[in-house]
Amino acid sequence: MTAPVVELAGIVTRFGKTVVHDGVDLAIPAGEVVTLVGGSGSGKTTLLREIVGLLTPTAGEVRLFGEPLHSGSRAEQVRRRRRFGMLFQQGALFSAFDVFDNIAFPLRELRCLTADEVHDAVMLKLAMVELQPEHGLRMPAELSGGMIKRVALARALALEPELLLLDEPTAGLDPDRSAAFVRLIRALQAQLGLTVVLVTHDLDTLAALSSRVAVLAERRILACDTLDRIIELDHPFVERFFRTETSRRAMARGLESI
Amino acid sequence: MVAPDSLSMPEVSVAQGVVVLRGDWTLRALSPQLARMRRVLEQSRSVASWDLGGVSRLDNFGAQLLWRHWRQTRPGQLRAAPELLRVIDAAEALGNAALPAPPRHWLAPVHALGDPLLALVSHIVELLRLVGQLGIDLAYLCVRPQLWPLREFSANLFKTGVRAMPVTALVGFLIGVVLSYLSALQLKAFGADIFIVNILGLGIIRELGPVLVSVLVAGRSGSAMTAQLGVMRVTEEIDALATMGISRHVRLVLPKVMALAVAMPLLVLWASGVAILGGMVSARLQLGIGFGFFLQTLPTVVPIANLYIAIAKGAVFGVVIALVACHFGLRVKPNTESLSANTTASVVSAITAVILMDAVFAIATRHIGVPL
Repeated sequence: MTAPVVELAGIVTRFGKTVVHDGVDLAIPAGEVVTLVGGSGSGKTTLLREIVGLLTPTAGEVRLFGEPLHSGSRAEQVRRRRRFGMLFQQGALFSAFDVFDNIAFPLRELRCLTADEVHDAVMLKLAMVELQPEHGLRMPAELSGGMIKRVALARALALEPELLLLDEPTAGLDPDRSAAFVRLIRALQAQLGLTVVLVTHDLDTLAALSSRVAVLAERRILACDTLDRIIELDHPFVERFFRTETSRRAMARGLESI
Repeated sequence: MVAPDSLSMPEVSVAQGVVVLRGDWTLRALSPQLARMRRVLEQSRSVASWDLGGVSRLDNFGAQLLWRHWRQTRPGQLRAAPELLRVIDAAEALGNAALPAPPRHWLAPVHALGDPLLALVSHIVELLRLVGQLGIDLAYLCVRPQLWPLREFSANLFKTGVRAMPVTALVGFLIGVVLSYLSALQLKAFGADIFIVNILGLGIIRELGPVLVSVLVAGRSGSAMTAQLGVMRVTEEIDALATMGISRHVRLVLPKVMALAVAMPLLVLWASGVAILGGMVSARLQLGIGFGFFLQTLPTVVPIANLYIAIAKGAVFGVVIALVACHFGLRVKPNTESLSANTTASVVSAITAVILMDAVFAIATRHIGVPL
């Protein structure tokens, strides 16, 4: 039995008087693609930010790779952080760097790679996200929305992470680009054996990517199971979110696109 | 399935003409001992037979490391599990993809000389355009007085004027004390104690007050204005204003210029007053000149014209600082580098412009308010 890649135990999050999470428990084994869904304001992105340590929960414990997130020496914590990559909703590319330097940045920060090794690794990452070498010279301001997401994904993958966190990976992309991006994530997940945690509103994306769906409602994880079983759950949120005619069509479209 | 936290060290050994690799060949496992691994691999360069059977994990970085070591050709004999071969295939498929060299033009030296010059010209043209646009807007506002951005003017007046009072007072007071102290040392030597009033009065009211306040306001409010307009450009707020049919010049630039045109003369008076107070305190301690005597003598040795010059300077410097700050703010491009570069340029240019204007004032008013 191996430890789950991500393990949340009794997470409580309070902002002032608002209770966002009240006892969230979730374990994500290696190799799974888990989608967090929930109504708006249910704290999906907050939970994602707590997993990567950008926010600290009021109570409860986050464990990554079998160890508490904030345990160990500073160097150990840095090493732990390098084992996951995060794709932010707006890309969060460094606007002062061009695409090449954006992807090279985390590699150079290791301080032990030669310029050639960095160059080759960046070129491979660019090829992985289906961009051309000449895109490496562009500045983030000169990229389209879809390309920003691709570059951000390449940067998230730069350190060969085992865990990938995606915050609304397809928000702001047209359906065509969105389907292409989902295919890309899926292919990379299979190729690199990644564990993926994502937050999305997009049912196409959800159906195409997730091996499991975690429903966040009533301030806790209602269930974490395969999509087929989640749809059968008897809960008003699930009813509204999954069982309308439009959502069924969207999910069918998502499954078709892969 | 390997436990996610287990990590086996990469190893290289050569046995009977075959290079045997073991352990994890991943970035995480390799990076602590990359220099050593490079050296070890280097020793087995000529071997054509490789056994990767013992490799538990191979990521893209590890594959590329081997691929580079193999000089971009597959070794004669390679034994590896199919999933490892796939990773090596990916490294092979990349081929010699390289970042295209940034285009270098043979006219580059000419560009290096000409671009800053053209940039300077474009700055001047744009600044003139900004002033012209403000003039047109002012004329338009005179026809339609209900469009005056009075709330923004008031908010800016508070931010740039009232909020700047403590810092200008503090700096003014200390400069007054220092100036008075240093002058007193010299004047005492010549027995010319009484001239401390002339030095402080003329120096602070005519020159030091306006310039000092300008430097503080350029650093304090000028940079804030540039950064605010810059961020509004980055977040497309200025474009949003334009789509609502609201002129950015009327709503954003004009209130700032008006506010500084009003706030600066007042700040100059305030700071000069406090600086003279500081000077008086120091003069009394050093030279024993009483407050009453100081205040009585001041109007007789410093003609009132100097005060008018100071107020005029304050207003002009205020307009210059606001215009320069807005000009640079509107030039910010949507990236962090441009924001910081323009904010820096704004403060530096504003202070330089103020000192230039001060020189112009000095020449233009050389016959006014100086007792002969």
